[in-house]
Amino acid sequence: MLCQRCQQRDSTVHFTKILNGEKSEIHLCETCARENGEFMIKPGEDFSFHNLLSGLLGFENGGAFGQIAGMQKPQITRCNTCGLSYQQFAELGRFGCADCYHSFGPRLEPLLRRIHGGATAHTGKVPHRAGGIIKKRLQIESLRSELQQKIQLEQFEEAATLRDRIRELEQQSEAGGN
Amino acid sequence: MPIHDFVQDTSRWMSDEGPYSDIVISTRIRLARNLIEHPFPMLQSEHQADEVIERVRAAIGSPEFAEQGGGNFELIQLDTITGLDLKTLEEKYLISSTMVEHATRGAAAIREDELVSIMINEEDHLRLQVLLPGLQLAEAWETATRVDDLLEAKLNYAFDERFGYLTACPTNVGTGIRASVMLHLPALVATGQINRVLSALGQVGLIVRGVHGEGTEAIGNLFQLSNQITLGVPEEEVIQSLESVAQKIIEHESQARTYLMQESREDIEDRIARSFGILAYARRLSAKETMQRLSDIRLGIDLGVIKGISKNILKELMVMTQPAFLQRKSGVALAPGERDFRRAELVRDKLRSGAGHI
Repeated sequence: MLCQRCQQRDSTVHFTKILNGEKSEIHLCETCARENGEFMIKPGEDFSFHNLLSGLLGFENGGAFGQIAGMQKPQITRCNTCGLSYQQFAELGRFGCADCYHSFGPRLEPLLRRIHGGATAHTGKVPHRAGGIIKKRLQIESLRSELQQKIQLEQFEEAATLRDRIRELEQQSEAGGN
Repeated sequence: MPIHDFVQDTSRWMSDEGPYSDIVISTRIRLARNLIEHPFPMLQSEHQADEVIERVRAAIGSPEFAEQGGGNFELIQLDTITGLDLKTLEEKYLISSTMVEHATRGAAAIREDELVSIMINEEDHLRLQVLLPGLQLAEAWETATRVDDLLEAKLNYAFDERFGYLTACPTNVGTGIRASVMLHLPALVATGQINRVLSALGQVGLIVRGVHGEGTEAIGNLFQLSNQITLGVPEEEVIQSLESVAQKIIEHESQARTYLMQESREDIEDRIARSFGILAYARRLSAKETMQRLSDIRLGIDLGVIKGISKNILKELMVMTQPAFLQRKSGVALAPGERDFRRAELVRDKLRSGAGHI
C-alpha cells in the first residue's frame, strides 16, 4: 500500500485513530510519519511508565487469565468527579483528578504496593491547613461515638453539650476548608 | 526580572561551588502538588489551566509570601515567549522537556536567583523545584518545604490522610518528592567498578540513570541518582538515605581516583592532556564528544593535572554548548553541522581565554 500522504513510498506505519467514536485508519511511510509529528512516538517514549502501567493493571483486571477462565468482564468504574474510567486510567497511566483516588480506591492498592515497595499509606509531611482539618475530623469522629454512648446511657445533658461541641468543630473545619 | 535575564546567562547552581563539588555536580529536589476542585492538567480546560496560573500568581505575589522568605518570583507564561527562550530555560534545567513540548497553558515561576522554580500545569498543577550546586540535600529540602508551606498558606492542596499529596501519576503520590544528585564518576567508569556500584543501588530503592544519555549509557560520566518510592517513606528518610548513599559513592570515586593516579598515572594524564588539546584547538565538536572531553578536563582539574581553570567549566559548558544556548549566542538559527563549529569555537574561547595549562 502506498503512503497516503506522499503517494510515493510504501506505507510502513499504520495508525488507527478513534475520535468521538469514529474510527479512521491512516497509512504513512516512515518519512511522512516523522514529519507529521503528532503521530510519531519518539524513541524512548514508547517504553515509559505509563505504558508499563497498563501491563501491570491488566493482571489486576483478571487480564489474559481472566478472559480464558470465562470470567465476567469487570464493571466499568468511573470517577464520579472527572468521568475518567478505570480503563482509561490504565491506558494513560494518569489520574484525571484528586477524586480518582477515592473512586478507584481498593483497586489501587495492589498497584501502589508494587510501585512503592509494599507501602499503601502516606507517612510524611502533612500540609498545615489540611492537617488541621484532618485533626478536627478525627476529633469530631471521637466526639460522635462519645455522643452515641451518652444517648444510650440516657445522659441527655452531657449529650447536648457534646452535640454543640461537634457543631462548633464542624463549622470551624468548613470555614477552614474554603 | 524580565525573561531575557533568565535566558542570557548562567544560573547560580552552575557558577557557584558547593560541598563535594569535585564529585557532586548538583542537587535537586522536586515536589509535586495539585489543587483541589481542579481536574489535573491532563483533563483541565484552558480556562481552568489559566485559573491555576492565576492562583499561583496570587500566592507568590502576596505580601506574606515575600515577608516570610519565599523570595521574589517572576511568572512567565510559556506561550508568550519564543521557542528559543523556551528551549534555553529547559537547557538550564529551569523547566522540563515535557513543558517545552506542551507549552500551551503552562507557566513557570522562577525565583530571582534561579535556585527555585515552580512549573505550573506540567503533569501536575505545581512542580516545585530547588536546584543547588554540590551535595546539599538537607539545604534543598529546607528551601523546598519552606516555599511549599508558604504556597500552601494560599492554595488548597489536594491531600489525603491515607495517600498523602495526590498526584496525576501514581508513581509520585504520597510525599510527591523526587530528590536527586548529579554525580561525576570518571574514575569508577575508568576502573570498571561502576556497574557493581550501580547495581547495588536498586536494592536500596534508588534509581540511577545517565545524564543526557539514552538508557543506562552515561555521556560525560555523569549519573543522576534519585529516590524511586514516594509513598510510606517520610521526606527526611528519603533525603537521609540518598545522602548516605551519595557519600558512599563519593568515597568510592575518591578511592578510584587515587588508585588511577598511583597505578596508571601516565595513561590518565595522557588522556586528560589529549582532551585538553582537542578542546583547545578543535574546529568541530559534537555534543557527545564535548561532554566526554569536558569530563576529562574536569577530572584533570580535580587531580591537579590541569591548572588555572575553574572547576565550574564542566557545569557551565554542559549547559552553554546546548543547541538553544549556542543559537542565542550566535544570533541566528543554526543547522546541526553549524552548531558543531560554533560549539568548538565557544569551548576553545573558554579554555584558552583563562590561564589554563598543563
